[in-house]
Amino acid sequence: MLNTAYKGDYVRIHKIILNPDERAEHLPEDTKKVPLEMWVKGFLMHDQAAIGDSVRIETYIGRQVEGRLVEIHPSYQHTYGYHIPELSFIGRQCRALLKGGEDLAREYSRSFDV
Amino acid sequence: MHANTVEALMSRRNEIMRKAVGLDYTKFEHKGIGFDYEGMMDETGYTLEDITKIQQSSGVGRTPLYELKNITQLARNLAPRGKGARIFLKDEAANPSGSFKARRAAVSVYHAKQLGYEGVIAATSGNYGAAVASQAAIHGLKCIIVQECYDSKGDGQPEIIEKARKCEAYGAEVIQLTVGPELFYTFLLLLEETGYFNASLYTPFSIAGIETLGYEIAQQFKSDYVREPDMVIVTNAGGGNLTGTARGLLKAGAMKPCIVGASVDLKGLHMASDEQFNKKSFTTGHTGFGIPFSTYPDRSDVPRSAARPLRYMDSYVTVSQGEVFYMTEALAVLEGLERGPAGNTSLTAAFYLAQQMDEDKTIVVQETEYTGAGKHVTAQLSFAKDKGINIRIGDPKHQIPGQSIILPSHPNLITAQPIDLMHLKQSYIKRLLADLYNKKLEEQELEFLALETKLSIKQVLRLLEDVLETKK
Repeated sequence: MLNTAYKGDYVRIHKIILNPDERAEHLPEDTKKVPLEMWVKGFLMHDQAAIGDSVRIETYIGRQVEGRLVEIHPSYQHTYGYHIPELSFIGRQCRALLKGGEDLAREYSRSFDV
Repeated sequence: MHANTVEALMSRRNEIMRKAVGLDYTKFEHKGIGFDYEGMMDETGYTLEDITKIQQSSGVGRTPLYELKNITQLARNLAPRGKGARIFLKDEAANPSGSFKARRAAVSVYHAKQLGYEGVIAATSGNYGAAVASQAAIHGLKCIIVQECYDSKGDGQPEIIEKARKCEAYGAEVIQLTVGPELFYTFLLLLEETGYFNASLYTPFSIAGIETLGYEIAQQFKSDYVREPDMVIVTNAGGGNLTGTARGLLKAGAMKPCIVGASVDLKGLHMASDEQFNKKSFTTGHTGFGIPFSTYPDRSDVPRSAARPLRYMDSYVTVSQGEVFYMTEALAVLEGLERGPAGNTSLTAAFYLAQQMDEDKTIVVQETEYTGAGKHVTAQLSFAKDKGINIRIGDPKHQIPGQSIILPSHPNLITAQPIDLMHLKQSYIKRLLADLYNKKLEEQELEFLALETKLSIKQVLRLLEDVLETKK
């Protein structure tokens, strides 16, 4: 992973917005124990900065925000996830039922029943 | 320089909002508990015709209405002889940002532009963010979206991360936060700092934007089938979708459709809990929003919410997460339509309700949403598995939100469970009267309560008696 960012690099910063003792009243206990945190992306305004440094960035729309540098060239890593075996029977079951194949339809889901 | 503690900022809330919405909400207030809802809705200054034009000029609306013939047939195969209403689907995923939310955003962003605002801000983790970002791109305004996205371990809901990506693709700045209602605090700070327009989901502009959806359904039905639909089912969260759709149907003169709200049952999960945040597999369309926003609509980010579902809802049902995932698969495999899971909440309810209705009746499922990486059945079930949720095939009635997701082993196990609407109406009244229970209500206040709960004054008086009885 990159450790140093240069002026104009697209980066992600992190910031604590509210410490636990500054948080609103009437929160569930588990939420009250932790701070309210924020992440935002933008372009580095310093000549150079390393992960963990306090930095200032300019966001995509031109707003300036300060925070701790946590990621350089941040990317999206969300996917379609794993193959989910428990889903596989559904389509074939529906198609079988549409043709009136009740026995086959039950067979499709039974193979997964535990 | 203002103080920025939570309390200090909250005390400036009304002043910030007045600047950020361009509406003085105080002028609609009645003496006592009520306010002039229709007066507030008229305050947009746009007629339905104006709104249709505004939306069409930015690519929004006129979405297709499909008849789901194979899903209808499947329902008929499971139903008693002669039962199995025809199911139709309004394909709102065809809007520019992939959901009906484009209708809400189109009006808000257009209005912000007319008033000369430099940018728009919306607090949303859902499709609405993408919609505002997309419309802001069209109108050349700056856009900030504030999301509740992560738990304290920095683990994000895949569906919300995907929405962030989409907003950023449209050139918006996305602020991502950990769990907690102080999202509203951050939101107010940003409004104050930037002076941007609050493109709230709950302004009259937003709700007026959805009226075209109900209006289009009525028109499409009239022209294609020469009648009104018997039932329109709406996925219900903040209440705006239901409110706007119902108002649009009424404006089109469609008085017949029974308006049904449908939410995913997430009973037992606390929406502001850091630990429970990632135990859910739906981030919207669920009871965690649907019920509190019905019984207390003014909990939203504007002084008076224009989304007031109890005014329009004829019945309200819940379905389970596993049942919606099943129907999402069925929609793809039987109808060739791959659409996002949350929007299929109302489809799932329709599948069950169709089996109780005669074959010549019609049901409209009034929305779909886009699907993609993160925002997909497999992505959400993978995330659930990683969080230790038990995924299995069986009878969905045994599902416990936050602990298990049960995919029905047969579609005849898919049901829609009714919520007692009278109970919700009672909760609504109880909340409103918390401090006033010894006071005799004026005629105007009673009328307001009757409109708010879609009841007669006589029924309201009976409910009031019940509320007072339980207070004793």
